[in-house]
Amino acid sequence: MDDMQKIVLDYVIDEYLEDEDEEITVDTPLISGGIVDSFSMVSLKRFLENKYNISIPDDKATPEAFDTVNKICSLVKEFVKE
Amino acid sequence: MAFNEKIRKIYQDQLDDIRSQGIFKQERFIHSSQAADIEVEFPTGSSLKKVINMCANNYLGLSSHPEVIKAAHEGLDSRGYGMSSVRFICGTQDIHKELEDKMTKFLGTEDTILFPSCMDANAGVFEAILDKDDVMISDRLVHASIIDGIRLCSAQHDTFKHSNMEHLEKKLQLHSDKRLKMVITDGVFSMDGDTAKLDQMAELCEKYDAMLFVDDSHATGFIGKTGRGTHEKYGVVGKIDIITTTFGKALGGASGGCVSGRKELIEMCRQKARPYLFSNTIAPVVVAGVNRVLDILSGSTERRDKLEANTEFWRKGLEEAGFVLKEGDTPIVPIMLFNAKLAQDFSKDLYDEGIYAIGFFFPVVPKGQARIRTQISAGHEIHHLEKALDAFIKVGKKYDILGKTKQEIIEKYGM
Repeated sequence: MDDMQKIVLDYVIDEYLEDEDEEITVDTPLISGGIVDSFSMVSLKRFLENKYNISIPDDKATPEAFDTVNKICSLVKEFVKE
Repeated sequence: MAFNEKIRKIYQDQLDDIRSQGIFKQERFIHSSQAADIEVEFPTGSSLKKVINMCANNYLGLSSHPEVIKAAHEGLDSRGYGMSSVRFICGTQDIHKELEDKMTKFLGTEDTILFPSCMDANAGVFEAILDKDDVMISDRLVHASIIDGIRLCSAQHDTFKHSNMEHLEKKLQLHSDKRLKMVITDGVFSMDGDTAKLDQMAELCEKYDAMLFVDDSHATGFIGKTGRGTHEKYGVVGKIDIITTTFGKALGGASGGCVSGRKELIEMCRQKARPYLFSNTIAPVVVAGVNRVLDILSGSTERRDKLEANTEFWRKGLEEAGFVLKEGDTPIVPIMLFNAKLAQDFSKDLYDEGIYAIGFFFPVVPKGQARIRTQISAGHEIHHLEKALDAFIKVGKKYDILGKTKQEIIEKYGM
């Protein structure tokens, strides 16, 4: 797991998991799996934008693109300047 | 004609998809007045079946109360059928103002404005009072109508974990730079039947200069010692900045809703809330009925007291039988089955036993939390509840879930 994956996974666990015993990985479906509802996704988008100093356009911030930690990291990497 | 076969197929495919997911909603036709005993045609075309209704929002049993019906008749005779106008042109009668004043007094607020429904109230209120410099912070389990209202508003939004005060406080700190902050919650959550911790929320709102919004649709009329709502239960009457509620549940159950709260916010709704500005308000016949409901409730707590006793009886009976329940003390009593198919089968078997109670599963509730939601009414007599309990136990034995833990039910049926 790289640094970004760890940071995003930790945020998702802290922000969204209700049950402390629940375990998720970088491939766990978050939105289609009912862990994060699309309405609450906004705080995750805000976190990523602030953390990586990027702006993710609304048309890219889709429930599909935010469905797993891995997909989120791929999306973020598109916008992070080398 | 533009609705050609290609277009038709697009919609047919979408409907087939809904069916294949097992979430296709089908109406059941009731051939009687809304009450504890109803006659139902289901499936469509079948002969009528007498069943006990365990899933109406008729908490106080006032939907078909003779005094309410009489008042509605009188309203129809004296004020006519329709207004044919929105409120601010020529659609406001004296009885509309009377109802707004009665609600203000009943809820202990400063002013009230009527809306065609509470759905409309929630759709219109945020846009009318907040803008892009503000933030709305909502509980993650608020009602769908609030989510729609939030989406229609240009203010920023954020959410906090259900009833988690630490998380709410973090969010209030995170958004300390916003011009206005509004914390948004249901009073009673409709799927779980639990109540918002309004005393703690009011305290946090005071600490961080935030306004507090409560949708009390599943509470007005019966929660709290005199039925004023969740704010009465938690001792914070006068501290809630906005309450939205409905007349479509405990308060006669016909239709209509309102926004009640700080007078400046209500005035802003009168000037700017689109469902108020661009739609007729509640029909005179309904207004007359709700006015009578409020007279009944202001004169006696008999009905909410009976509802409380019925709820205790029902919850205790289910617990002793060995069902897994969601904890709480409201008339919304969910029996947890966890598995979606089990919830559907259980509901069907209950219906065969003469009990009308619906199964809920994802996406209405989170995955793995399928349940039968029962709703108790002051219109139920103990014999109704005893018969319903017998049926629940019979069906519970059939599926071998009595006395079983959550884990054991999940092991047997899956999530």
